[in-house]
Amino acid sequence: MMTVTKHVTAMVGNHAVAYAVKQAKPQVLAVFPITPQTTMLEKLAEYIEKGELKAELIKVEGEHSALSAVYGAAVAGARVFTATSSQGLLYMTEMIYWAGGERVPIVNAVATRALAEPWSIWDDHQDFFSKRDASWIMMMAENVQEAYDMTLQAFRISEDKRVLLPVMMGFDGFILTHTMERLEILEDETVNKFLPPREFNLIDFNDPVNVGPIAAPDDYMRIKFETMKAMEGSKEVIEEISKEYEEISGRKQFGLVECYMCDDAEYVFTTVGAWTGDAREAVRRMRSQGKKVGLLKIRVVRPFPRERIKNVLKGVHGVVVFDREYSYGIGGILATEVKATLYNSGIDVYSVIAGIGGKDVRPLHFQKVMEDVLNGYKFDERWLNE
Amino acid sequence: MISYPIPLGRPKVGAAGLTGHWRVIKPVIHYDKCTKCRLCVIYCPENTIDLLEGFDVRIDYDYCKGCGVCAQICPQKAIEMVPEVK
Amino acid sequence: MSEELIPDYIKQKKVIRQQNFFRGNAACPGCPIPKELDLLLEVMGKKTVLVVPASCSTVIMGDIHGSPSPVPVVHSAFASAAAIASGLSRQLRIRGEDAKVVVWAGDGATGDIGFAAVSGAAERNEDILYVCYDNEAFMNTGIQRSSLTPFGAWTTTTPAGKREFKKPVPFIMMEHKIPYVATASIAYPFDYQAKLRKAKNMQGFRYIHLLSPCPPGWRFDSSLTIEVAKLAVETGVWPLFEVVNGEFSLTGVSKTFLDKSKRKPVEEYLKLQGRFAKMSEEEIKVFQEAVDLMWEYIKELVKR
Repeated sequence: MMTVTKHVTAMVGNHAVAYAVKQAKPQVLAVFPITPQTTMLEKLAEYIEKGELKAELIKVEGEHSALSAVYGAAVAGARVFTATSSQGLLYMTEMIYWAGGERVPIVNAVATRALAEPWSIWDDHQDFFSKRDASWIMMMAENVQEAYDMTLQAFRISEDKRVLLPVMMGFDGFILTHTMERLEILEDETVNKFLPPREFNLIDFNDPVNVGPIAAPDDYMRIKFETMKAMEGSKEVIEEISKEYEEISGRKQFGLVECYMCDDAEYVFTTVGAWTGDAREAVRRMRSQGKKVGLLKIRVVRPFPRERIKNVLKGVHGVVVFDREYSYGIGGILATEVKATLYNSGIDVYSVIAGIGGKDVRPLHFQKVMEDVLNGYKFDERWLNE
Repeated sequence: MISYPIPLGRPKVGAAGLTGHWRVIKPVIHYDKCTKCRLCVIYCPENTIDLLEGFDVRIDYDYCKGCGVCAQICPQKAIEMVPEVK
Repeated sequence: MSEELIPDYIKQKKVIRQQNFFRGNAACPGCPIPKELDLLLEVMGKKTVLVVPASCSTVIMGDIHGSPSPVPVVHSAFASAAAIASGLSRQLRIRGEDAKVVVWAGDGATGDIGFAAVSGAAERNEDILYVCYDNEAFMNTGIQRSSLTPFGAWTTTTPAGKREFKKPVPFIMMEHKIPYVATASIAYPFDYQAKLRKAKNMQGFRYIHLLSPCPPGWRFDSSLTIEVAKLAVETGVWPLFEVVNGEFSLTGVSKTFLDKSKRKPVEEYLKLQGRFAKMSEEEIKVFQEAVDLMWEYIKELVKR
């Protein structure tokens, strides 16, 4: 690894993402305020006013228009960014599918938050997971550092010619957006080299095209087939870009998944998002007690990295999957997907539903559940509801 | 030339195909009555009447839909609507 | 076979006017949309991007195998044409392109589902030309009423005739204090093009509202499209005006209609259309009164 000068600072998640966006040098932003993303929008407006970020910030009248505006700008060749949360993400859903289907590179930072009703501003993953079939690449950050790193990688991944898909970067509302953590930022020059100017453009007056017209059934299915292939192919590109980022940042990056202390683990937690940090702490505590446990952190939720997961879990006896969302009739979404991935492998899957609506979850909760499993308490699904 | 994984449409005359048998009546210009006022060219909703040298006009029957606006608008009543099927 | 109807000397002549919007598209016979777009693109030129939300025009624009538009078209979700156009126009300006962004939206996308986006883009004074072609209902989905359907009109969702009045979108846009608002009718193509030309040379949010009669939706023979559009203006139902930086003026033949005696009675317009066939005498009177009231309001605006 080359020597890297480290610039260490401390920022809240929202500001870290705003800083990454500033370094990525987008041309057009369109963001509508929603708790808990507002301070990110305010920071971006401040950067623009100070001249640190030379971009147009369209102060749209709603999230549907926010994604529409960046879609329009992206089609004309702009590097674009938007950010939202829960209700806003639902409001822009029509355009999420529109941009995903048309494969226009866009980066969307989603500060996750529970969905109304009941009305809530606290954190869970319902909003993020509800968009999983819209042809977007989706990844979730564990801490403020990763939120910063992932934002930069997102721009690069979405614009890669082998990918050409929009990317959603999720990070837990309040837990990451408003929490100040140690952050290592890259130098502007480094980011400039990592993110060269964007080449994608569909508006050329010498070659006029019709963008997004009606597709007859045969054409439509063929287009979706190609998108599926692109999604599968993007797994490799994500790993590649992750490796490159590791070189330029001097910090280990993990691509699609990270398996922490998995080598000889018998039971493994599986998590997505900020509470991965709490699970990590629980693993450390239990390891110090000699218990053979590990943690599978899924960084990229879409395309679901089933091959990597099957690989790293070889030899494991059971997986305890924590879900911060739920799908009625079948169970936690992540648990369902892990079960499908581990079909016929003989590995038990224990599903835990916790933290819905922002209900507090700490390392001791992770520890308690794992101890129960190690003590022989087998369960299909368990809600941490007390 | 833009190359992109999602297919994009490109400009084409007759994007919906030739009118063919869809037309029930068609306009016929009686050139002896035509005064070259060109109102039919201006008002044809389908842009399917060509303006020619010397300001003559000509209907493109490949794409004429037989709506009858040209016949209605012609001040000389020089356009006659004639049934396609006898 | 039809070629036998054309004399040889005509067959040999060269075409001197190019098509600005290609023929052989999916519009209904008698639908004025292809002509309206031809006239628009003749004025706007090659460096134009059309933003088309869900509407009849979506289908008319063809599929991936061919499009009748010689300029780039970006298809938009129903509600977001004005927003997509905002983003497009900002980026084209950043790129340094002297290009025009034109939204080509129906009345549903403008006055109903997309109303918030249109109002938002107008408030931000986005540099786009917004043309609403008004066929007075959700025509593409099969003639359901929209807020711009007039009083008394039959639609599939108002089979007894619409009870409510037409949303006065041009006046609402005027109240947004945008640089340019105008109404036009396809029966007066040169008035329409003059307005397009004027709007083309201005900056900021410019709005043109174009009356676009629909033969299957309004229930009249396809040959009468222009006649209906003409009578709309001649009866005063559709005033032709423009508002340039707040200054209101009537244009074309509408200039003479401040005097009620010069306006034809609305029956002449209503009787040509099957969608008004079931209107009672009472309802026609209400319709006439509403038109007269609008002209009283126009009198005030002209005086300002």
